[in-house]
Amino acid sequence: MTSTTSSTGTTGVAPAAAAVGPTRGLPARKRRRRTLAPYAFLAPGAVLFVLAFILPLLYALWLSLHGLRAQGGAFAKREQVFVGLENYVATFQDAELLASLQRLGVYALIVIPVTLGLALVAALLLDLPGQRLVRTSRTALLLPYAVPGVVAAMLWGFMYLPGTSPANFLAGLMGLPEVNLLSGETIYVALANIAVWGSLGFNMIIMYTALRAVPEEVYDAARVDGCGELQIALRIKIPLMLPALVLSGLFSIIGTIQVYSEPMILRSITSNISSTFFPLMSVYRAGFHSDDIQGASATSVVIALGVLAASGLLLGLIQKQRSRLS
Amino acid sequence: MSTLTTPRSGRGLRPNRFGSTLVLIIGAVYCLIPVVWVFMATTKTNQELFSTLTFIPGTGFLDNIVSLFQYADGSFALWALNSAIYAIGGATLSTLVSAAAGFAFAVYDFRGKKLAFGILLGGVLIPGVVLALPQYFLFANLGLTNTHIGVLLGVIVSPFGIYLARIYAEAAVPKETIEATRIDGASEFRTFTSVAVPMMFPGLVTVFLLQFIAIWNNFLLPFLMLSRDDTFPITIGLYTMLNRGTQEGLLWTQAIAGSAVSIVAILLVMSSLQRFWRLDLLSGGVKG
Repeated sequence: MTSTTSSTGTTGVAPAAAAVGPTRGLPARKRRRRTLAPYAFLAPGAVLFVLAFILPLLYALWLSLHGLRAQGGAFAKREQVFVGLENYVATFQDAELLASLQRLGVYALIVIPVTLGLALVAALLLDLPGQRLVRTSRTALLLPYAVPGVVAAMLWGFMYLPGTSPANFLAGLMGLPEVNLLSGETIYVALANIAVWGSLGFNMIIMYTALRAVPEEVYDAARVDGCGELQIALRIKIPLMLPALVLSGLFSIIGTIQVYSEPMILRSITSNISSTFFPLMSVYRAGFHSDDIQGASATSVVIALGVLAASGLLLGLIQKQRSRLS
Repeated sequence: MSTLTTPRSGRGLRPNRFGSTLVLIIGAVYCLIPVVWVFMATTKTNQELFSTLTFIPGTGFLDNIVSLFQYADGSFALWALNSAIYAIGGATLSTLVSAAAGFAFAVYDFRGKKLAFGILLGGVLIPGVVLALPQYFLFANLGLTNTHIGVLLGVIVSPFGIYLARIYAEAAVPKETIEATRIDGASEFRTFTSVAVPMMFPGLVTVFLLQFIAIWNNFLLPFLMLSRDDTFPITIGLYTMLNRGTQEGLLWTQAIAGSAVSIVAILLVMSSLQRFWRLDLLSGGVKG
């Protein structure tokens, strides 16, 4: 409670209560209503949060500690029994999963820096004084955000596919060799490009709006001192944008770990993506095709913890940086 | 040093400015190309698709649209309807829930506020995709698979939406106004519906739009929850079309037309709400 608002509040309440007359019970009743009100407003969200977040997570934790084991003879029904950390040990020993984590790492090392870098450049360029075509390019850059990931993967898939690729058509006309991003190691570039294309605009908007919130006067002194726009960008704008960059970074990490629908779509036009290419793909394969929901749960728990650790680490670093600055 | 002394209005800046605009244009073109491609490809017959340069319009536009809507007895229209139900219903409920919770966090001091908000922030950091599988196992136990509710339950509560609603309520609803309406004898609920909600409106439109796009574009949760054709949203429908397309080849033109239609639909929603939605809210959220 800040002192100014609460004091005006109470001085306001007193005459009003007096005007109503002999109502000693009223303020108390009102006060009780006021203490219960926040819980009432929170209730729908809290119930749904428990149902959609907490319970599934607890259920996954419970499942991850269990396994199906045949009790008794060879033809006995398999029952769910407590197995301790067995599924977790299996998760960390699963060579295929570890390989998929490695592939995810390569993919993330391309996607995250490229997306953030391009979004930063776009935001800084849009914020340049006297920049032209700001509205048009901002709208164009944001357009991919509205395109579903599935559709984006399809569009780029067709643009990669040698049969329908415009780049390949032109290369063919000029007698150049066939371009095929879908084969070999360039599949990473093909996948990363879809993610960069899809998330560039959203990250650009986060950064750009953070920049617009800075009053123009902040830069004036630097300009009077003869500082160029590049210097202003590097020394004033980027440090001021740090919170926005952190938010973008967090969303990018979370988004990258979730990559699922894009490789699934590309799989239908190339054989270069295995069914366990990325971690979540192997999780869902285990959960659905191999009926190992306990193992799949253990892997999901590990991935969830990994995300929390990564974002916690990032936030912690920033906090440290901030307290050092202030 | 010499660059620093270049006067701002001097000649030295012109090429630089031109270069920066050019970079922006290149970026814009990069973002537009696939969209232009899909609209061009929609006009092509299956044969033209593989034989002509992609950026030249073809002759099959009407045929493609007609056969898209005729595919599997009009499945596409049904998928579009389902997507609309999931996205409009889910985003509306999500906005209401977020508004109420955000209002509670912004206006009241109550026991457990810090803890509740901390848990919520943890929810922002958990990727939805990691949750989808446990959600599926749990909802399957409750018999909610293949129902609209099964898909909606997972998307109504959005920690990020609640977070934004709180930030926006703090910025847009002055404490004095709340006090004033209380003095006028309004109940807490009335204060929320007739004073706070109108003031939070631009923020709430933004929450609605973000959720709408997230649900419209959602793939994994409906992919897991739904196995019956008639409950699919567009994204899953297109995926099944494309996967059938690899065997028959012929469905590609319909899948492309379907992608174009789904992009047009979401662009219509975005531009019709453009007057109200405020993405700068996102940066406001950053500062908190």
